[in-house]
Amino acid sequence: MTAAQPEVDHAGRDVNTQAGDVLLKVEGAKKYFPIKQGIIFQKEVARVHAVDGVDLEVRSGETLGLVGETGCGKSTLARLIAGLYPMTAGTVSFDGSDITNLSRKKMRPFRRDIQMIFQDPYGSLNPRRRVGSIIGDPFDIHGVADGAERKKRVQELMEVVGLNPEHFNRFPAEFSGGQRQRIGVARALALRPKLIICDEPVSALDVSIQAQVINLLDDLQNEFGLTYIFIAHDLSVVRHVSDRVAVMYLGKIMETGPVDDLYGLPRHPYTNALLSAVPIPDPDRADSRERIILRGDVPSPVNPPTGCPFHPRCPKAQDICVQEMPPLEPVFVDPPTHRTACHFPVPEGEDISQCTPGIDQSGTGPLVGADLSAITTGS
Amino acid sequence: MGRFIVRRALFGLVVLTIISFAVFWLFFVFAPGDKAGNFCGKNCTPERLAQIRALYHLDEPWYSQYWLYVKRLVLHGDLGYSFTNQTPVRSIIFDRAPATASLALGAAVIWLSLGIPIGILAATKPRSLRDRAATIFALGGLSIPTFVLGLVMLYLFFYQLTIHGVAFFPGNGYAPLTENPWEWVKHLILPWFTLAIVSAASYSRITRGSLLEVLGEDYIRTARAKGLSERRVIYRHGLRSALTPVVTLLGIDVGTLLGGAIVTEQVFGLQGIGQTAVQAVINGDLPIIFGTVLFAAVFIVVANILVDIAYAMLDARVRLA
Amino acid sequence: MTLIAADEVAEQKGGGGKDPQPTKAIEGRAPLQLAWARLRKDKVSLACLGVIVLLVLVAIFANQLTDLIGHPPNEQYRDEGLQPNGLPVAPSSFFWLGGDEVGRDVLSRIIHGARVSLLVGVVATAFAVLIGVTIGTMAGYFGGVIDTFLSRTMDVFLSFPFLLFAISLVAVKGASLRISIFVIAFFIWANVGRIVRGQVLSIREKEYVEAARSLGASDLRIMVVDVIPNLVAPVIVYSTLLIPTAIVFEATLSFLGLGVPIPTPTWGNMIATSQSTYLQAPWYLLFPSLALFITTLAFNLLGDGLRDALDPRAARVLARK
Repeated sequence: MTAAQPEVDHAGRDVNTQAGDVLLKVEGAKKYFPIKQGIIFQKEVARVHAVDGVDLEVRSGETLGLVGETGCGKSTLARLIAGLYPMTAGTVSFDGSDITNLSRKKMRPFRRDIQMIFQDPYGSLNPRRRVGSIIGDPFDIHGVADGAERKKRVQELMEVVGLNPEHFNRFPAEFSGGQRQRIGVARALALRPKLIICDEPVSALDVSIQAQVINLLDDLQNEFGLTYIFIAHDLSVVRHVSDRVAVMYLGKIMETGPVDDLYGLPRHPYTNALLSAVPIPDPDRADSRERIILRGDVPSPVNPPTGCPFHPRCPKAQDICVQEMPPLEPVFVDPPTHRTACHFPVPEGEDISQCTPGIDQSGTGPLVGADLSAITTGS
Repeated sequence: MGRFIVRRALFGLVVLTIISFAVFWLFFVFAPGDKAGNFCGKNCTPERLAQIRALYHLDEPWYSQYWLYVKRLVLHGDLGYSFTNQTPVRSIIFDRAPATASLALGAAVIWLSLGIPIGILAATKPRSLRDRAATIFALGGLSIPTFVLGLVMLYLFFYQLTIHGVAFFPGNGYAPLTENPWEWVKHLILPWFTLAIVSAASYSRITRGSLLEVLGEDYIRTARAKGLSERRVIYRHGLRSALTPVVTLLGIDVGTLLGGAIVTEQVFGLQGIGQTAVQAVINGDLPIIFGTVLFAAVFIVVANILVDIAYAMLDARVRLA
Repeated sequence: MTLIAADEVAEQKGGGGKDPQPTKAIEGRAPLQLAWARLRKDKVSLACLGVIVLLVLVAIFANQLTDLIGHPPNEQYRDEGLQPNGLPVAPSSFFWLGGDEVGRDVLSRIIHGARVSLLVGVVATAFAVLIGVTIGTMAGYFGGVIDTFLSRTMDVFLSFPFLLFAISLVAVKGASLRISIFVIAFFIWANVGRIVRGQVLSIREKEYVEAARSLGASDLRIMVVDVIPNLVAPVIVYSTLLIPTAIVFEATLSFLGLGVPIPTPTWGNMIATSQSTYLQAPWYLLFPSLALFITTLAFNLLGDGLRDALDPRAARVLARK
């Protein structure tokens, strides 16, 4: 993935010709969180539609980038895949077996294969425990190694992720943010999983440290043949690490495709808006480009809009967008791997900042609204 | 808000039912031996034994006894009659309530006017000499048991003054406010201060703690940054939210004390609910124990509801679901 | 974003994960060790810890100490210990802290009273913490119906007029050391439970709990390994403050004549019996009261110091001002 290892990079990225087997398949995943009220008897008064019908495939050895604004459901989707929340509807299959809503006991063997790296390097490590026992947890929980053997393995892991194995007995508070994230990586790596779900693993880190952690993840992928689901709201990071990208908005996938296709020819108006907000280092080019400013805020997932969830803010919205959610499928001349859920996808060369919607969007708030640059640069 | 109050009130009723049931169970099921004999006491006569059996339906199973007791209470407001002097429990409680209420409310006024200013003084200059002095006062007050302070008060202000010829404070008893306000004050001043000093300690502590926390908030820094005077920052912006926990504590303390300031009443010989209850426990006067426990529980439950409502009104962040 | 360059810069700054130099202090300091280091600088807390250790030693070696003095706690010295008019003797070389109303050595009785106070204080607190942490952790961790049920149960316990109910219970079951401990633990555990529940609610949302779950850890393991260790600090502080509460509670029960039965000496029943003669023999009130006061003060001050040592956030609030 990095420029330092171009051969591997291209081989990994070229999904059309050299795709691995499907490792993870998510179909129609839905997660609604009930909002309850009442003192003794609680009744459900509303639901948060966090994930609302997601289909997803991850092939072994690749990195799938999952992008979207805060609150679009990408972290919930990650937790559904990791089996941390029961699903409202849909199925998840891993390596050919259905792991949807498995009981704790039945899920255990799969947990060895699916691991997570968390966003907050301060919150994801128990401050009361020594690093050695945190990294050794997977061995302990799955009864893999004990005593001296466990210690040896933990120290090997620390070496692998670039920590000093001598720091075995230290507490998380004695490490920097980047080092703590390495601890989290070591813990995720302990059981040699097949799939690692990285939930915004670098969002909380300084930019210079982000690069180190990303390069570490990249090296580990090559060394251990890992598959990643990489969640981020920083489009540059996602572009850098991913083979394929999926864009989420209000619990639904809006567009998905190989990274170069999606960044080169974004078809969904929302993807266009996101990408137009990425800063361009060249001031001349930056000036010539029109930034797409979206109307209003992201609607509440408690009452998501009908039809396409993006219609209240979309510059190309028409009546049909209010009524019908478009299917996720290839548009124009796109290859089958590049799919877009839009009634009016953006053809090459169209400037959607010039478009005017065909429906009344006055309910969505003033035009000033959301400037996506804060979201997409991860600041 | 209305629905919230109704729901809290319903839960309050549940609590009262559980408490009444627990007391009933304690004396009728849990207590060993012949119940009627136990309740009857030492100078028992066959007539009284029969009377007690009839009154409490002791020949019936305990749940129907409980049911009959509750029915009488709900339908007629009847708490039964004292075993020792045959007076209705209800009128005993109403008789004794003014002394307890005078003690609790008067003491509350004093401890608030002591505790809150001390807390503010300490919080506005943390780690200063006056903060340390306030801490010593608070921890001293927290550590001294009420009955110890009461006895010391009696020794110093009643006994020492009396033997030096200044018989100002009466040693015990209660004089109703309606009969003689001056005597009322004279009888209550020592108990008031005893109770107030012990409680003021925790109030100064809580005021200090929560005010310090509030003064560290960003909006206080904003208020300072826009050039408000320190006085205005503390009194207009800080104190309002800092006093929320004080209100909570006050509601619960006063609620508890209105049901009987047991120790203070005992030390100063004030004939309030608490002293009546202790006497009843020692004499095994069951109807009075029931009556006072329920009476006290009602105050605690009501105080809790009021505190929740006050909390919602003071603190905009709390939304009543 | 130029990742390679950023990486190099970071390596140059030495901000990378690999530490080029071998480090000297490899052993990390546990959060509790850090707290102890902070506490050691706090002279008041250290002094209080000293007082408490001394008290524990006195309680353990009470028999040896009174043998040394030569006056067993229940031995009545009718000739040397009482004045001709039947009043207690003042402190002297015979009775260092004076005698009581039947001619027993107040010092010996205070030494033995420490046993009861500390035993009741520590054991009742231990039970209350055990129950409170278990129930509070379960309520906070599991949430939902379990939380609703357990929280409401705690609310019911907190709504009991506890002192009144406690003396009723003691009156029914008969006073004893065991019933005192039971009654006190019974009525304070809900306070611990409520605090623990609040803490667990915030710990439960931490990512490390989620991480443990994603590794396949059981609920029990998460509670024991990840949740409860993070409760240690608040529970230590709170227990230190509960012990004096329990000690005062016991003394109050004894004072009301419903504590550990006589002739076992307790500070509470000594103070209670001193009431009849303390106007003439103030030392008999003074010394047990002082023992009680010093003990509770020591625990309260230590709890205060522990809070500062275990929760450096409090100090930070001060520093921000």
